[in-house]
Amino acid sequence: MPEFVLTVARFGFLILLWIFVFTVVGVIRKDLFAGVRSKGIVASPRGVGGTVPSGPPPAKAKRGKAARQLVVTAGQLAGTRITLSEAPITIGRAEDSTLIITDDFASARHARLVPRDGQWFVEDLGSTNGTYLDRGKVSGPTPVPLGVPIRIGRTSLELRP
Amino acid sequence: MKTQRNAELGLLAFAMALVAAYGAIVEANQFDKITPTFWVPAALLSVLFLGLHVVVRYTAPYADPVLIPAVALVNGLGVGFLRRLDLARSIANNEPEPGFFAGTGGRQLAWTLAALILASVLLLVVRDHKVVSRYAYTLGLVGIVLVMIPAVLPSSLSEINGAKLWIRVGSFSIQPGEFAKLALVSFFAYYLVRKREVLSLASRRFLGIDFPRGRDLGPVVTVWLLSLLVLVFEKDLGTALLYFGLFVVTLYVATERASWLIIGLLLFFGGVYLAYLLGASVGGPFANFYDRAEVWLEPFATENYDRVGGSYQLVQGLLALGTGGLFGSGPGSGSPGFVPEVRTDFIFAGMGEEIGLFGLSALLVIYLLIVERGLRAGLAVRDSFGKLVAGGLAFTLGLQVFVILGGITGLIPLTGQTTPFLSAGGSSLMANWLLIAMLLRISNAARGPAASGGGVDRPGGPKKAPTQLHGAMTEVIKP
Repeated sequence: MPEFVLTVARFGFLILLWIFVFTVVGVIRKDLFAGVRSKGIVASPRGVGGTVPSGPPPAKAKRGKAARQLVVTAGQLAGTRITLSEAPITIGRAEDSTLIITDDFASARHARLVPRDGQWFVEDLGSTNGTYLDRGKVSGPTPVPLGVPIRIGRTSLELRP
Repeated sequence: MKTQRNAELGLLAFAMALVAAYGAIVEANQFDKITPTFWVPAALLSVLFLGLHVVVRYTAPYADPVLIPAVALVNGLGVGFLRRLDLARSIANNEPEPGFFAGTGGRQLAWTLAALILASVLLLVVRDHKVVSRYAYTLGLVGIVLVMIPAVLPSSLSEINGAKLWIRVGSFSIQPGEFAKLALVSFFAYYLVRKREVLSLASRRFLGIDFPRGRDLGPVVTVWLLSLLVLVFEKDLGTALLYFGLFVVTLYVATERASWLIIGLLLFFGGVYLAYLLGASVGGPFANFYDRAEVWLEPFATENYDRVGGSYQLVQGLLALGTGGLFGSGPGSGSPGFVPEVRTDFIFAGMGEEIGLFGLSALLVIYLLIVERGLRAGLAVRDSFGKLVAGGLAFTLGLQVFVILGGITGLIPLTGQTTPFLSAGGSSLMANWLLIAMLLRISNAARGPAASGGGVDRPGGPKKAPTQLHGAMTEVIKP
């Protein structure tokens, strides 16, 4: 084998190794920004005043857009996102809940979120300390607007488009 | 979220191409020609990893796409390097080229098969990582027993190179501690999910940091004592550091209190310094650790270099790394024969001579990415037990790489840890692939869509969530 080929192979291998590393990073990057982009959709109606005419759009955006994600905004699970499907979501300490919260103020089966015709309803399942939508206590199935916090114990949840 | 299984397949193909290229370059350097069968080990490995990929497609479709290819690359390069050592030996002895399943490289290939079968079984059996929490106390007991077995066994059955970490039966030896860490992570996670409130709420503020109350220090002190016992009776600093670090970090993740890290570091360094002082004055069970520390402090001193069990190994490793320099001598053209234990503990030094700092740092970044994906799964998963298990497992992997690499490069006293996925050895490979399978399972739960009632399809699970509760004013109380 000529020396030249060996040298090329030696450096080529190292370069390929690093290309592999960067390919992996690329895949991870796609994964990371999948969450951020959806956040951008939330922010644009409020933040960008220039492109969107002021006034009605925010309210309209809230009513018109379907919720696609449930995001935990406060509490031990803060930052967790659940991609919504047609299935109801149960919240509580019980192991078989969709969102398991280990919180002294949460009951085993605390509340659940049910979709009906594209609108999500929150329903308290007879919890000890109650479920709150923004400030009001939830007594029956209550429609949940986008971006309004649902409070359970020390945990807050929000629907996001 | 997309499953990204095809991205995984693509990355896997890339990784295997790299392994094949490595094999080809090794042959070019060793034989001065590339034999027509250079691709066979890489192809065999590809078949194995493809099998795991298919299992993941069916049992954990949303699992992280990066974990398997990254680990497969490290594992494949490990097999390639071990085969390279076999080739060098056969050339030196004028023997024919060893078969694909002969020698250390072949054994490693067989171990990879076993490890992947174990990982697949774990993925098939454990369909929901929360099930593991039901066996937490059993696993905790199993973990402690596994750690203790080598300490209790007589030296003839458990000691290799001065570290009592093994169970030896004839020519066959396993390292139970490798499996113990998996069991212990599950147990710690379960225990801390239960106790986190007490540990994180009751505290006293001192110097701007919240410190826990004295009586809550019980568990951390217990684990500290246990790991000191490991240090003394199994004569292995690395393992002790691994278990203790694992517990402290899980505690930190569970409570979000930086004070646990401070307490942990103080306790550990205090304990190690104490062991060093005792080793210098009393000797006995501490003598081994004292020797290792001396070797670490002065590796180039003549009396340490010439002593049996002295710094010869460490110095040869450092010289190999130094010879490699920035770009290395090229795969297959170094002389790893000078480094003792190059197949196991010093594999990084041996590889480092040939792929240089550039190659080694690529490998390190790959380890880093594996750990990052594990932590990421922990961040995204929706239950505390899963968070703690994923965080603990990912951290264990990172810490183990740190301990062995720190030892080889002289940053910390050298201890006989295996380099995950790279070193020759079945126990380490199997245990670490099980670890990856668990991470895959958790990341599947983290990235997958929420199924109804959270029941990620649990076949044959007797416990089904009551589907209709409506407004019934009852609370289901679980023991």
